[in-house]
Amino acid sequence: MSLTIAGESFGSRLILGTGGASSLAALEEAITASGTELVTVALRRIDTAATMGGGLLDLLGRCGVRLLPNTAGCYTATEAVKVAHLARDAFETSWVKLEVIGDERTLLPDGVELIRAAEELVSDGFTVLPYTTDDPILARRLADVGCAAVMPAGAPIGSGLGITNPHHITLIRQSVEVPVILDAGIGTASDAALAMELGCDGVLLASAVTRAADPGRMAAAMRHAVEAGWLAAGAGRIPRRFHALASTPDEGRPDL
Amino acid sequence: MNVVLNGTAHVLPDGATVAEAVAVATDRTRGVAVAVNGEVVPRTGWPGAVLRDGDQIEVLTAAQGG
Repeated sequence: MSLTIAGESFGSRLILGTGGASSLAALEEAITASGTELVTVALRRIDTAATMGGGLLDLLGRCGVRLLPNTAGCYTATEAVKVAHLARDAFETSWVKLEVIGDERTLLPDGVELIRAAEELVSDGFTVLPYTTDDPILARRLADVGCAAVMPAGAPIGSGLGITNPHHITLIRQSVEVPVILDAGIGTASDAALAMELGCDGVLLASAVTRAADPGRMAAAMRHAVEAGWLAAGAGRIPRRFHALASTPDEGRPDL
Repeated sequence: MNVVLNGTAHVLPDGATVAEAVAVATDRTRGVAVAVNGEVVPRTGWPGAVLRDGDQIEVLTAAQGG
């Protein structure tokens, strides 16, 4: 069941984003119920983050999870590279969830800036996990410049629309050697299970859990969904048929 | 001297360092990163980095984010 990224193994294939939780207590409950070992954090001014900063890091330390800092809110490669360096200094990790956003309305990645930032961060020694579109060619280019994983969006961040182009997710899985993590768009447990059935190595989600009416319960649902999808993907599903195929044999049927 | 700390005007003594500016913003050092005029100042450089009048300082830490 373990997921390996850049030589590091994780017992869970679910990565949890911390954004959107109504309180640190709700976040802690969700992290525990999700079984995740890797969570994302953002970097913000210490005064605006005052209620969260220290308490958030203490909580994550207590949960024993590894941090994956993000570059959320960056619109250019230059800005994202700076935020990654600041995060490395603050959190003593060279792992980064690289986000370079194209516009405010969709929050979808800007592929050109993303490639530029990824190249620079890889050459600076970072372990780069880019949030990308569901474009298989862009995913391959990101893997080619040395990203440790690729993380295609199922749908826009926070939309809860699920996986709008399942075929592309499978194409991405076939296009790269590195782990594929479905990131963004997940709305409920069946979306996470589908991501795994399509061949993804993991799922990263935040809003689906943190903004659910009962985050702890949804976190548990996601944990089971990712495991179920992973098992199903490896189990070899039956082919789809147009007509029925009886599972009970006709042979030996009594004449009545 | 006048500086801008996380977007707000502050007066710091002449010759103040990044380490002193950080202490104005927070009593924590773990999980904190600093940029001055848009350039990263690594933690090890804080005590020796002397600020100048008009410097823009960003003192950052962990926040919830996806």
